[in-house]
Amino acid sequence: MLTHLQRLEAESIQIMREVVAECEHPVMLYSIGKDSAVMLHLAVKAFYPSKPPFPLLHVDTTWKFREMIEFRDVMAKKLGLELIVHINPQGVEKNINPFTHGSAIHTDIWKTEGLKQALDKYGFDVAFGGARRDEEKSRAKERIFSIRSAQHRWDPKLQRPELWRLYNARKHKGESIRVFPLSNWTELDIWQYIYLNNIPIVPLYFAKERPVVERDGTLIMVDDERLPMREGEQPMMKSVRFRTLGCYPLTGAIESEANTLTAIIQEMLLTRTSERQGRLIDHDSAGSMEKKKQEGYF
Amino acid sequence: MAHVSDLIAEDIELYLKTHENKSLLRFITCGSVDDGKSTLIGRLLYESKMLFEDQLTQLEFDSKKVGTQAGDLDFALLVDGLTAEREQGITIDVAYRFFSTDKRKFIVADTPGHEQYTRNMITGASTADVAIILIDARKGVLTQTRRHSYLVSLIGIRYVVLAINKLDMVGYSEAIYNQIDQDYRTFAKEVGLQNIVTIPMSALKGDNITELSVNTPWYRGETLMGYLENVQIEDTVEKSGVFRMPVQWVNRPNLDFRGYSGLVVRGSVKPGDAIRVLPSGRESRVARIVTQEGDLEKAISGQSITLTLTDEIDISRGDVLATTDSPPGVANQFEATVVWMTDEAMLPGRPYLMKIGTKTVTANVSTLKHKVNVNTLEHVAAAKLELNEIGVCNLSTDQLIAFDPYSEDRDTGGFILIDRLTNNTVGAGMLHSALRQPHDSSQWQDFHVNKQAHAALKGQKPFIVWFTGLSGSGKSTIAMLLERKLYSLGKHTYLLDGDTIRHGLNKDLGFTDADRIENVRRTAEVAKLLVDAGQIVLVSLISPFSAEREMARELVAQGEFFEVFVDAPIQAAEERDPKGLYKKARSGELKDFTGLDSPYEAPENSEVRIDTTAQTPEQAVEHIINYLLGIGALG
Repeated sequence: MLTHLQRLEAESIQIMREVVAECEHPVMLYSIGKDSAVMLHLAVKAFYPSKPPFPLLHVDTTWKFREMIEFRDVMAKKLGLELIVHINPQGVEKNINPFTHGSAIHTDIWKTEGLKQALDKYGFDVAFGGARRDEEKSRAKERIFSIRSAQHRWDPKLQRPELWRLYNARKHKGESIRVFPLSNWTELDIWQYIYLNNIPIVPLYFAKERPVVERDGTLIMVDDERLPMREGEQPMMKSVRFRTLGCYPLTGAIESEANTLTAIIQEMLLTRTSERQGRLIDHDSAGSMEKKKQEGYF
Repeated sequence: MAHVSDLIAEDIELYLKTHENKSLLRFITCGSVDDGKSTLIGRLLYESKMLFEDQLTQLEFDSKKVGTQAGDLDFALLVDGLTAEREQGITIDVAYRFFSTDKRKFIVADTPGHEQYTRNMITGASTADVAIILIDARKGVLTQTRRHSYLVSLIGIRYVVLAINKLDMVGYSEAIYNQIDQDYRTFAKEVGLQNIVTIPMSALKGDNITELSVNTPWYRGETLMGYLENVQIEDTVEKSGVFRMPVQWVNRPNLDFRGYSGLVVRGSVKPGDAIRVLPSGRESRVARIVTQEGDLEKAISGQSITLTLTDEIDISRGDVLATTDSPPGVANQFEATVVWMTDEAMLPGRPYLMKIGTKTVTANVSTLKHKVNVNTLEHVAAAKLELNEIGVCNLSTDQLIAFDPYSEDRDTGGFILIDRLTNNTVGAGMLHSALRQPHDSSQWQDFHVNKQAHAALKGQKPFIVWFTGLSGSGKSTIAMLLERKLYSLGKHTYLLDGDTIRHGLNKDLGFTDADRIENVRRTAEVAKLLVDAGQIVLVSLISPFSAEREMARELVAQGEFFEVFVDAPIQAAEERDPKGLYKKARSGELKDFTGLDSPYEAPENSEVRIDTTAQTPEQAVEHIINYLLGIGALG
């Protein structure tokens, strides 16, 4: 009998193969985090000995941790996969940043708009994303194949019933589908799978002495000189790590000594605060994820 | 469960080792909010320590603010906490929740809401191994209990927990428990549910959820969690000898490698095993099971794999690889139960796309035999199937498909129907049996898709009805009416009309004799191709010369060509002159006009002659239909 991880793995692979068999121009959203790492690992397995028949797309915000960018380039090269990096030119032009514009506008311009631009520019009709149903309440009912209008909007009325292992990948011209192969994985499943398969992840997940400042109860890493110091603020060195990765000014670090995978898992199981707590964008307003999804956020 | 935390703290590697070997169980809870369904799910999440501190803090806060439990934790808030979404008008149909214990990981399909209950429950249940049917101890077996049980049985869930909840509200009465248990079992037999375990509980108070309750000393069974952790599900156990793998994708990295990727939905497979490809019936042996980590010696049900075979045979997506001992059936006509899931009703005769396994074909419901009243299980005659209705019908597909009865295999017997215009998933269905097995699958080895095969698939004999007559005699009118009549009889027809063809295929031709002959020849060739495709073809063409009409007749087999002479005197035709052509011809605008300055050779031996001075177009159609019926052309 298969273990739960083997069943999850087989399900994700089946989902990816359905997409490749039925859709014209798929792309894999690569966010460089641990979920992306697992998704990428599964993609390589799913199509072996062929290479995954789609490119990776990273929607860069120019505010990601430097270590993420390094890791991204190394992974794409190592696997020999095409990596498309899209940076919203409007964001560059208007110098959008979380400090003057706030996290909502920052996320909207760089991520939501950036993603839509990239999908349109390259004409991708399907984009794989690493979201999981256990992450957040509004994700619990998300379909594995989530249809989006030509304007990339998520219309709850358009969502199709999903039965058995039968996914409906048919769509009209202009419409696209977001596909979530990790829907049924939990955070613990992800870590366990990384542990069992020695999947490389960004070093930021491991504790290390890093320069941070404390703001409103959250530890923010001073990843480069663009982080404006508040009055009297001095970066301090602390042993910290990250549970999720995103734009560094918007990602809270946790104080930790966990510098091995087992120590991370141990800490996760014992600390008992949910993973998204470190993500500042989810706290902006009630039901914010739902709203962002309707607007085309992943 | 303090010991779990201790283990995590003391020996994380040992903890991970245990968790690595957990199995997965998917279940669904059936019942309404009143039955305590949300409370039960919330309780399971809580008891399995799957809640994080920030979520617990939120729960305590919400319980005080909006809870219904006088300040105690209101577990229902954990799963019902989607009020914000409700206010935004977002429907919550099926939500999936996750928790795990040391033994298993669980995925719960939660289907709140009453309105779309059938659709949502069928969706959530389609992937579930176990169903928990909740009953309020104060109310006993209700209509909705019957409905839930019928749907559970229909979707093929074999393991049922009857959770008699809110027992605290009836003083933990053993008598009430026994009465409900007995009532339910009598009824469950009717719908064919077998493995039923009844548990007395209070989700709110936590009785018999993770620990046997002191309040029910008379109960000797398992706790709910104990049952969920230990129940052995046959479906997830590999069954030997009945290997099935629908081919998802042909893996061709280079010319030297040709693999078939798919998920083993049943049985197991090893290199050396003989396999058969369905529907073609070709056979080969498994050469390798290829994975990134090296070849496998064996693959079992539930694994996603890539196989190579010892022979180069033609296999594509949608084919099913199966054991040669016990292959699936192959057919194009089925009896099936269909659950309708969209506002626009299902109509017999309308074509839908049908996805089964990895194959998508065109299917239509030939007969809706009856629908089922989900509350009383009565069979009701019906002309169409509305949203949330369930019906038994005959389906026909435009291609042969490999299948197993749904009761034997969900993956090779379950299908969805997709609307061809909206692309929405509009129905789900379960195949029961083939109506007419055209051939044993083994005979399809060298099968050639020829005229007979095309015709058999359409359930008709192909032939040509060739209408000849003067311009304005009424050929097209009669041909159109005839086509409408044949269509209503379920025949696949096509009308080749002279004017239409002259606007497209033959627009390079004029009205000289040579061009008229070529016009007839091309049209006849097209008609012949359509006959080869199994179609009934109506041709409406002046076709003035007997020779060309004979040529057309000789293109097809004997008995496949019927000439209908639409006989109208030229005066009558000229008087009707529907397109004003006679007028133009008389004025000299048109040259070489049949009947005026170009001859019309009236047929002498047509199968049917229509006298337009005596018969209306409707009578003409009746005349032709009677003729076709008389000679057995309409089957």
